[in-house]
Amino acid sequence: MPELGTPALVYAIAALIVPFIRHNTLRQVFLLAVPVFGLLVFWQLPYGTYGNINLMNMHVGLMRLDALSYVFGLIFSLAAFLSLLYAWHVRDTIQQVATLLYAGAGIGAVFAADLVTLFVFWEGTAIASVFLIWARRTEGAYATGMRYLIIQVGSGVILLAGIILYYRETGTIAFSQMELGSPATWAIFLAFGIKCAFPLLHNWLQDAYPAATITGTVTLSAFTTKLAVYALARGFPGTELLIYIGVTMTLFPVFFAAIENNLRRVLAYSLNNQLGFMVVGVGIGTPLALNGTVAHAFCHILYKALLFMSVGAVMYRTGTSKASELGGLYKSMPLTMIFCIVGAMSISAFPLFSGFISKSLILSASADTGYFFVWLALVVASVGVLEHSGIKIPYFTFFAHDAGHRVKEAPFHMLLAMGITAALCVGLGVFPSLLYGILPYEVEYTPYTTTHVVTQLQLLLFAGLAFAVLMRTGLYPAEFRSVNLDFDWVYRRMLPAIVGGIRHAVTSTWRFAARVTLHRVDRMMIGIYRAHGPQGPLARTWPTGSMVLWIAVLLGMTLVLTYI
Amino acid sequence: MMALIETNLPALQVVLPLVAAPVCAMLGRGSRSWAFATAVSWLTFLVALSLFAKTFGGTIISYEMGGWAPPIGIEYRVDVLNAFVLMIVSGMAAIVLPYARRSVAAEIPAERQSFFYTAFLLCLTGLLGVTITGDAFNVFVFLEISSLSTYALVASGAWRNKRALTAAYNYLIMGTVGATFFVIGIGMLYMVTGTLNMADLAVRIAAHGDSSTVHMGFVFILIGIGLKLAMFPLHLWLPNAYSFAPSAVTAFLAATATKVAVYVMLRFMFTVFGFDYEFQAATLEMVVLPLAILAMFAASLVAIFQDDLKRMLAYSSVAQIGYILLGLAFLTDTGLTATIIHLFNHAVTKGALFMVAGCYVLMAGTSSISGLRGVGRDMPWTTAAFVVAGFSLIGLPLTVGFISKWYLVQAALELGWWPVALLIMASSLLAIVYVWRVVETAYLQPAPEGVTRKEAPPSMLIPVWILVAMSIWFGINAMTTSAAASRGGNMLIGSSQILWED
Repeated sequence: MPELGTPALVYAIAALIVPFIRHNTLRQVFLLAVPVFGLLVFWQLPYGTYGNINLMNMHVGLMRLDALSYVFGLIFSLAAFLSLLYAWHVRDTIQQVATLLYAGAGIGAVFAADLVTLFVFWEGTAIASVFLIWARRTEGAYATGMRYLIIQVGSGVILLAGIILYYRETGTIAFSQMELGSPATWAIFLAFGIKCAFPLLHNWLQDAYPAATITGTVTLSAFTTKLAVYALARGFPGTELLIYIGVTMTLFPVFFAAIENNLRRVLAYSLNNQLGFMVVGVGIGTPLALNGTVAHAFCHILYKALLFMSVGAVMYRTGTSKASELGGLYKSMPLTMIFCIVGAMSISAFPLFSGFISKSLILSASADTGYFFVWLALVVASVGVLEHSGIKIPYFTFFAHDAGHRVKEAPFHMLLAMGITAALCVGLGVFPSLLYGILPYEVEYTPYTTTHVVTQLQLLLFAGLAFAVLMRTGLYPAEFRSVNLDFDWVYRRMLPAIVGGIRHAVTSTWRFAARVTLHRVDRMMIGIYRAHGPQGPLARTWPTGSMVLWIAVLLGMTLVLTYI
Repeated sequence: MMALIETNLPALQVVLPLVAAPVCAMLGRGSRSWAFATAVSWLTFLVALSLFAKTFGGTIISYEMGGWAPPIGIEYRVDVLNAFVLMIVSGMAAIVLPYARRSVAAEIPAERQSFFYTAFLLCLTGLLGVTITGDAFNVFVFLEISSLSTYALVASGAWRNKRALTAAYNYLIMGTVGATFFVIGIGMLYMVTGTLNMADLAVRIAAHGDSSTVHMGFVFILIGIGLKLAMFPLHLWLPNAYSFAPSAVTAFLAATATKVAVYVMLRFMFTVFGFDYEFQAATLEMVVLPLAILAMFAASLVAIFQDDLKRMLAYSSVAQIGYILLGLAFLTDTGLTATIIHLFNHAVTKGALFMVAGCYVLMAGTSSISGLRGVGRDMPWTTAAFVVAGFSLIGLPLTVGFISKWYLVQAALELGWWPVALLIMASSLLAIVYVWRVVETAYLQPAPEGVTRKEAPPSMLIPVWILVAMSIWFGINAMTTSAAASRGGNMLIGSSQILWED
């Protein structure tokens, strides 16, 4: 494999070629080959920094290969492959190109050795991904995409500001561990936080993910937020603030997820909650915790994609993802049901499933380092996960009351994508050493001790019991057709109201000021046009004599200087 | 044989196109003389490249013409700075000539084409000679060779538009006035020192000290060269000459002629007059600096209101020369680096833009912006080239334009001249306006009905895209250009006796 600098290049070149491949099957095969080639770029390389460029005396490294970036590069390539396989039926060039560019930018960002490269790819993920939302081609999707884009690009702009300040402060743009404390690092931290969907900065996620196309959501769920987790793990490991942010993230989405009706939105909330676990791991910052974060990100990408895939497949066949309109599909789509349950059991961290072996690392790390309340909160959040993702998703989709859909099983390529993902979820759960072997730090850890397994099973059993009891007694929030307001109420309702008040006051002042200024500006523009317009003295063709006059003037002026 | 060629490279640089020119005139048929001129320009470019490679490390080649030792004989003196300029000039010729075939075939009658290429080679000779020589009077001679052939080249646009004749005539008068001023200045220096060799002049002027004759000489040379490089407000010849000349000529001249004049100015200011005279620094600061800033704004504003694409680009050139002079007027290391690197960057960018304009003239039959409505769909490659080169003109990151602006702003900040730095950025905004006007017309407006326009032929597109690719490549990897520019700047400062304050 020739040295290409960064795997992102493979994706970018492929994205240029794709539109020119007319034959459908050929194009799909080509698309699937891209992540494979992207993987080959760094697969066998020894650790180090590649693609070094000196850009105006700043040291730019396109690809830093070390244990941390390697794992993320690996799982991102895998996710790209699986989501492209899942999207085999899509015939939309825009989506295909956007998927390639988005995945490429994500992988490029993970390998960035310096902040400038990181910024370029950071914005790349934002811009490429919004097309996955717009590709739905509805009015709502357009508005949502716009909101998403503004927030994502905003994150990029804040990052850029931070980078510039950081460069002025330290004289380097290398992307390494930073200390919170200066405006520069706070800005960078905030930019990471927006992409990582920190509490109060999280709404873009629940807003945008359910609005994308069926396949688009699967792709979206893999990259953006995990890129942010990676950036935090690289830049701010051991920042205590992150622990509390993470704990909040694990807890609050649980309640929203429980009452939400749109199943893709439920999954978006649960995505947020899972990110919380990873952020806590970064915040604790011990080797064990960071291993936990990385492992959890790895497993999470897989099982979250699996859940989005199965809900997507249901939506593909029935046309809806609302819990109130689904149910009883286990007869029509048995395989999808099985895969969905595998995903659900993984996210709920059942022993022998992938979630168990990764989440245990973080739980153990929090317990070991003495954050008892953090540990407790995480355990409570785990129960919540089981409620909303582990049980709610499969139960309302495939069981509950029969909504009367009589549809075909999901298409073969979707089943294949889900099958592979499900196999990986189970495989990692059964053979944890496969994953532990590639984690960045050398830590001895055995997930399958009696205590762990028993604790987890107790937890799960009681949580399941609670669900059953609540359902029986009718206390569980039923699946209503509803729109639940989150923090986005602030910017969708409250801000407009406040703004409306202020606006009235401002408008009258503004009108007056505008009249005066506009008049002035008009006069100025007329003046400029008179001087510079096609007939103005500055643009006219002048006779030779005037030029000589100018020469005389300049000569005179300069000579006068001689005598001063 | 190789050794012989190698020792005589500096002479070959000028003699090659000079000897080729009359041969070209005798070749007769258009395509034959074109092929010959192109081959010669490529050879010249190779010579320039090898000279650049030799001097890049810092060696100075001194070549005695005809074996006469300086200061009596004429000396050719090649250092990293003028090797860099030689490379720009011959490189642009080598790129423009392949492009010229189709465009010249359409704009000039077949029986006159061999004369056209002859004039082109002579112009190239003159520009290269000005750059390579170390003799002040020799500069004047070559300046006249290039100017006279340029007048002829501009006038050859008359087959397309008769106004080229008046433009050429105006240019002739104004250019001659400038050349006269220049030669008067040299005469004054000769009066004081009794020598014409630049290195020798520098030594003797330093020994002679301050006098009003030297002042006079300096002012005359400044004004004379100021006219040749179109320093605002001495630019009045430029817009007409550029807009009525044949497209290939405009592309070549815009990229090289003014750059060579800037080089002469640098050479005289720093090598010949050392900067121990407060007077010269004061002139730069009180005359050149304000004029440069004025040019950046006034010419850009005029460009915004132009309807003719070539004319718009011509005014933008006047504004860009403002940037070049601004870097010079800073009188610092970084400022000079900005000036020298912008010589290259602007040559690449403006060359590409004027060549795109030539494609439009050939394929769409017009260079009026309103006539180019919807051309983006009919000529996608040409228009895309315009967009990228336009980005470079504005100075967006990842293009060469950005590198120039970066150094220029940095130079302003080093001196603590915040307002100047802000003005530089503000004038870039004007560039966005006039570039965007074209982009908007080309892509967003519907094509006029009944107009068929085909994409430009590959023989024109490939040279355009080579320049566009260079404007990106050297925008990302500016190692070579910035090294050459900063070495050139250091050398100029080192050769002047200026008391450098840190």
